[in-house]
Amino acid sequence: MTVKQISVFLENKPGRLAEFTDVLSEHNIDMRALSLAEAADFGIVRIIVNDVYNASTVLKDAGYIFSITKVLAVEIPDEPGSLSRTVRILGDNGVNLEYMYAFTTRKKGLAYMILRVEDNQKAIEVLTASGIRPICQDELAEL
Amino acid sequence: MEKYYQPEIECASREQIRAWQSERLKKQVQNVWDNVPMYRERMKESGVEPGDIQSVDDLHKLPFITKDDLRDNYPFGLMARPKSECVRIQSTSGTTGRRVVAFYTQHDLDLWEECCARALVAAGATKEDVCQVSYGYGLFTGGPGLNGGSHKVGCLTLPMSSGNTDRQIQFMTDLGTTIICCTPSYAAYLAESIIERGVRDQVHLKAGIFGAEAWTEEMRHDIEEKLGLKAYDIYGLTEISGPGVSFECSEQTGMHVNEDHFIPEVINPITGEVLPDGEKGELVFTSITKEAFPLMRYRTRDICILSREKCSCGRTHVKMTKPLGRSDDMLIVKGVNVFPSQIETVLMNKGYPANYQIIVDRVNNSDTIEVQVEMTAEMFSDSLSAVSSKEKELVDALKAMLGIYAKVKLVNPKAIQRSEGKAVRVIDKRNLYQQ
Ligand SMILES: [Zn+2]
Repeated sequence: MTVKQISVFLENKPGRLAEFTDVLSEHNIDMRALSLAEAADFGIVRIIVNDVYNASTVLKDAGYIFSITKVLAVEIPDEPGSLSRTVRILGDNGVNLEYMYAFTTRKKGLAYMILRVEDNQKAIEVLTASGIRPICQDELAEL
Repeated sequence: MEKYYQPEIECASREQIRAWQSERLKKQVQNVWDNVPMYRERMKESGVEPGDIQSVDDLHKLPFITKDDLRDNYPFGLMARPKSECVRIQSTSGTTGRRVVAFYTQHDLDLWEECCARALVAAGATKEDVCQVSYGYGLFTGGPGLNGGSHKVGCLTLPMSSGNTDRQIQFMTDLGTTIICCTPSYAAYLAESIIERGVRDQVHLKAGIFGAEAWTEEMRHDIEEKLGLKAYDIYGLTEISGPGVSFECSEQTGMHVNEDHFIPEVINPITGEVLPDGEKGELVFTSITKEAFPLMRYRTRDICILSREKCSCGRTHVKMTKPLGRSDDMLIVKGVNVFPSQIETVLMNKGYPANYQIIVDRVNNSDTIEVQVEMTAEMFSDSLSAVSSKEKELVDALKAMLGIYAKVKLVNPKAIQRSEGKAVRVIDKRNLYQQ
């Protein structure tokens, strides 16, 4: 019930992000989501792709330092209040949310969020109990 | 109980040591003035005559000499005795350029071997011991020096020389070696080999004297644990005589310099100014008792610190730290001496690759130092705060080592410039000498 996120180390230099996305597009890697976190002198770009194996091979060959983390991708109704409801469910159940970001799909009326939590198993339980369903890697490809 | 080879010298009062130094220095200055044209010229250039040197306090008036001077005067130019009075030549293992050769009279060999004997006795050697000398013999000073010292102590001496590990271990176990003398890297290798062969219980070593190359405290503990011995450091240069210029005692917190033969000074490598004890700088030696090849204020290019604090072993001779770097590499940033080797040590301790670059610059009349470190997969994670806190740990460790703030910049692997395959370690953008 998790999806794999690739996090990539980026030096803080002009053009680094563009260089990175160019590498992916040159190899026809389609990104479903991208989020950038920046410290004073380096950045971490996190991406969700359909083919994790292919993407990591390309990144390795291009000399990037990266890690692969299991994160949750949840489908939430595209309506006011549904995001904060999701966050509240996690908080109320003591699940620590490290970061989150949105991603889009071709499906109308639904929004998807990537959630990075400390305890995936517990998050899956509490979300499912509240009718929010994390999707798995295979489902992601079909969106 | 601490044992000494020459207690009346090794534990002499500071006044006595000074008196010996002053008397011997005066004689030596006259000797080189009379017998070595280069010294006479250099002293004249500096406006110094033998009469100006009345005590060890006047030592700073003498000009320095460097390794280049030794090369320029190769082979006989710095001899202070005729060849007919010399009995031995040793040479440095110089990899480039002309070698440095040093000459010894019988007196010079005796004093060198005496110094090595002091080191061996400080490591617990007695005539009951079997001393295996596994330093190279030949032109290299390691083997001959410790061999001579071992004879003087009266140890049963095994002149093994280096290499042939099987035979080394065979003799060690068959003949009951108790003291081993070799390079620390060879000691580590021997330890591994002994354990691999399953003969650790047939080894009865109690002490090792390991010198001629840089080694860390971790390496010391590792060797001590694996071989069940106490590991002692020893320092020396062929130019000055060989191993035994200084040696470690039971306290293992620095090496006592044999000050009755060699006067050490620590200088600022840029200005040449003599620094007080406790300050880090370039080590300079004056050999006051050598006959054939005396060196006056010889710049070793080794960076170290001298300490005259009372030592628990009872010896009164000054202690030097093991070399902390080479003076050629020293940077002065915000008035503080910084060595690339210090930065390298911090990186290695923190698990970063030793691939780094130091960038020194001057912004608004203030020096800045940045250390570029290549990111590794082990150090990386998807969490910004985790990576940032590792970066902060490194900044703190660098500050503790250097005494000043150094910015850390994490860079992509292979991002650091290389020239002919070797990384360029330091980029100084300050143009200090063009203003
Ligand atoms: Zn001592």
